[in-house]
Amino acid sequence: MSTATDTAKPVEPIRKSGRPSFFALLVANRLAAFGLGLLVVIALAALLTPWLPLQPPDITNPANRLLRPLAEGHFLGTDQLGRDLLSRLMWGARVSIAVGLSATLVAAVVGSAIGLVAGYAGGRTDNFMMRGIDMLMAFPYILLALAIVAVLGPGLMNALYAIAVVNIPFFARNIRGVALSLAHREFVDAARLSGKGHLRVLLTEVLPNVLPVIVITMSTTVGWMILETAGLSFLGLGAQPPQADLGSMLGEGRKLLFTAPHVSIVPGLMIFALVMSINLVGDGIRDVLDPRLKSGALSRPAAATAVKREDVPAMPETPAKAALDVRDLRTEFRVGGDVYKAVGGVSFQLKERECLGLVGESGSGKSVTAMSLLGLVPTPPGRIAGGRVLYQGRDLLEASEADLRKLRGGAFAYVFQDPLSTLHPLFTVGDQVTEAIRAHQPLSYRDAWKRAVALLKMVRIPNAAERAGSYPHELSGGMRQRVSIAMALANDAEILIADEPTTALDVTVQAQILKLMDALQDDKGSALLFITHDFGVVSEICDRVAVMYAGRIVETGPTDEVLNAPAHPYTRKLIDCVPVLGEPERRLDAISGLPPAVNRLPEGCAFAERCPYAEAACREGEIALESLAPERAVRCIKPLKPEQSEAAQ
Amino acid sequence: MLAYFLKRLAMIVPVLFGLTVIVFLIMAMIPGDPATAILGAYATPENVERINRQLGLDRSLPEQYFIWLGNLLQGDFGRSYSLNRPVIDEVLERFNATLILAGASLVLCTVFGLVAGIVSAVRQFGWTDRIVTFFVLIGISMPSFWLGLLLILVFAVNLRWLPPSGMYAIYGGGGPLDLLSHLALPAITLAVVATGVIARLTRAAMLEVLRQDYIRTARAKGLSERRVIYRHAFKAALVSVIPVIGIQAGFVLGGAVYIETVFQWPGIGRMLVQAISTRDLLLVQGGVLVVAASYVLFNLLADMVQHMLDPRLKT
Repeated sequence: MSTATDTAKPVEPIRKSGRPSFFALLVANRLAAFGLGLLVVIALAALLTPWLPLQPPDITNPANRLLRPLAEGHFLGTDQLGRDLLSRLMWGARVSIAVGLSATLVAAVVGSAIGLVAGYAGGRTDNFMMRGIDMLMAFPYILLALAIVAVLGPGLMNALYAIAVVNIPFFARNIRGVALSLAHREFVDAARLSGKGHLRVLLTEVLPNVLPVIVITMSTTVGWMILETAGLSFLGLGAQPPQADLGSMLGEGRKLLFTAPHVSIVPGLMIFALVMSINLVGDGIRDVLDPRLKSGALSRPAAATAVKREDVPAMPETPAKAALDVRDLRTEFRVGGDVYKAVGGVSFQLKERECLGLVGESGSGKSVTAMSLLGLVPTPPGRIAGGRVLYQGRDLLEASEADLRKLRGGAFAYVFQDPLSTLHPLFTVGDQVTEAIRAHQPLSYRDAWKRAVALLKMVRIPNAAERAGSYPHELSGGMRQRVSIAMALANDAEILIADEPTTALDVTVQAQILKLMDALQDDKGSALLFITHDFGVVSEICDRVAVMYAGRIVETGPTDEVLNAPAHPYTRKLIDCVPVLGEPERRLDAISGLPPAVNRLPEGCAFAERCPYAEAACREGEIALESLAPERAVRCIKPLKPEQSEAAQ
Repeated sequence: MLAYFLKRLAMIVPVLFGLTVIVFLIMAMIPGDPATAILGAYATPENVERINRQLGLDRSLPEQYFIWLGNLLQGDFGRSYSLNRPVIDEVLERFNATLILAGASLVLCTVFGLVAGIVSAVRQFGWTDRIVTFFVLIGISMPSFWLGLLLILVFAVNLRWLPPSGMYAIYGGGGPLDLLSHLALPAITLAVVATGVIARLTRAAMLEVLRQDYIRTARAKGLSERRVIYRHAFKAALVSVIPVIGIQAGFVLGGAVYIETVFQWPGIGRMLVQAISTRDLLLVQGGVLVVAASYVLFNLLADMVQHMLDPRLKT
């Protein structure tokens, strides 16, 4: 965050130029900061107790017994023997903290040692040691501690050992996991080969690397250990009089609960404050050191994408003769302070019964375009920032959630990529198809199930009746995708949207699925929006094609025209990427460079950086999608001429 | 399913075996010489030897273990000297009361934990979420024995709604209503920490699941948001929460020690504390074994439920 980095990279947001320190992150978390503050106050008070102007904690004064809090000379009152509660509280807290910390240290040392040795040695040693640890964990936590105290006899030290022992497994397990992953890393092997003994390798190479895990485990268990040692003292099994910790104070005060509740409430409050502050700091440390585990860092996607349009194109006076008319659609993702313009003004029309291919590299915005149509882009972080999606004269971006729900799976149906993750793993495929049917048709479960089986038959799943009872993981990739297609066909959708439906499949299955989709589309007469990165697939199935780059359409036209004479240099590169059977000499060059990040789009043509024909004019101003011929348009100031594009082949 | 159940049942045999080994080893750690403890400091060497032989202490440790285990398997847990009755009788009687308390707590923490977690996830960052998160934080940091005292003060002493202690009223007690009124406070107290833990994990699991592709598919099918959350997301989240509920059963069974002491519930936890103060080690040993075994069985149950919900685990 220094000024030096600021001036060096003026464009970069400050936040990115330097990672904030561990401590800064911890304090930025308000709860953790509160916990840390509370903990520091308690710890300081406990440390300084011997020097504070407190009354002696063990001096009894029967004349002053059971004074209420705020009594003169006794801020928190006195106990049954007339001892000052504030003083006893501070001294008791010292004992509790010391015992809790010592127990944590003992558990950390012993547990880490077991974990290190087990993880480093592996094999039978590991197996034997970890089975033993599992056995310890098979006991209910505090019960094992009780058994140990029972044998050793009540007392603070014995309680400390007991609590340490029952916490050993947490350390052993966590540290063993990390040690196991380190045991055969190059630097450990190198140290071993250099002639260091196992013990030295463990202490000098492995231990320093598992230290953070030990710290995290300590910070998450120390609160528990203070609580549990206090608990044992409360039961009369820990601190014995005259020695007192918070737990034994609470335990003694319990007998006076009805007459003088403050004697037990005060020490309990202290334990509570102590444990809570430690838990808050522990959670904070974990969130900083391992942000992935941060509780609730993931935000929940809403039922429909938020629509906050900055510019809305006027409604056309005469509705277009198309099944779907998308105008200047803009979808953004807001992450931190950055705005990613995933879809930056996309317009296209999907005619009835046609198949339109939406083609582009990953990240070009084609899937987001498809998801935006019915509000399936997750919010947060996504939102629709402009445009219209016109269907039967209505703007779908203005539709209510209830209306959207009727259209989803009804007039519009989606087929997604990778059916293993898009089908619910815990329901049978028949059930999932049945559910799709029943969401839009008033059928009984049994009738819908029959219809589902018929659909599965239609997508040519063998033994459909039997297969309907299978779970997704029991089917092959191709079968799963057929199920997705059956689900999409459940309600005779007018518009099918297929988002890379064949990408996760191998080539022969791909061909089958394409053929199936083609046949079904002809049969049902629905329009198909087909999203893919593969021009080979486009040539198989699509009537027209729209090529997307960095969130915008850069070229559109009938499939064979675009394929034979691409006008945009990017389209040509994309076509060059398709391998052709029997032409092994064909260059399969990937396009050099990367697409621009959509949060920092350059001025002018987004492809200019990677374009072999780019010139100064390409990097200036807005470049429009110019019509070349009827049905044909390109977003390029000097589109390729037919002979140029043929020369490329 | 049945085959899996039997396999799993067979797998807990070594675990139970391990439990007995650990309990045996802990009991063998006893400081001092039992014979001297029984006979006093002035015992003759002959008498010490005789007592050692009687107790089987002249044999090797493994031998002693197997004799001990053999007795356990025949239901012979020894005789409690402080109560002068067989350990097993006392333990089973007390365990009954603990089971009622722990069972009620588990039901409470499961129901409230799941509901709070779901509501919190669905209203993420809203007021409900903040309130739930706040109470979860307080709940998991609260010393349960202290919370019990507070509840007694409020509901038994000040409001006089519920009895402060015991399992049945001494005069004219008995019957389910009486039991329920005595059960309410201890069961709630015992459930608080576990409720917090379950709520926290349910929230995290729901948030994780709601981002999955199959939830988008459910929405793309046109399902109502209710159905998406309570059928699709909840079922998937439940699969990862159930093992946690199994673990919480251990904390509930262990925590019963405190709660039974605070509320004078005549369960096994209170028996253990009393047995420790009277140094009745056979009673401690019997109680620990029975509770630990029931925990193992409960985890088996949680495992079975998880397998029923998640077809991917069937092998």
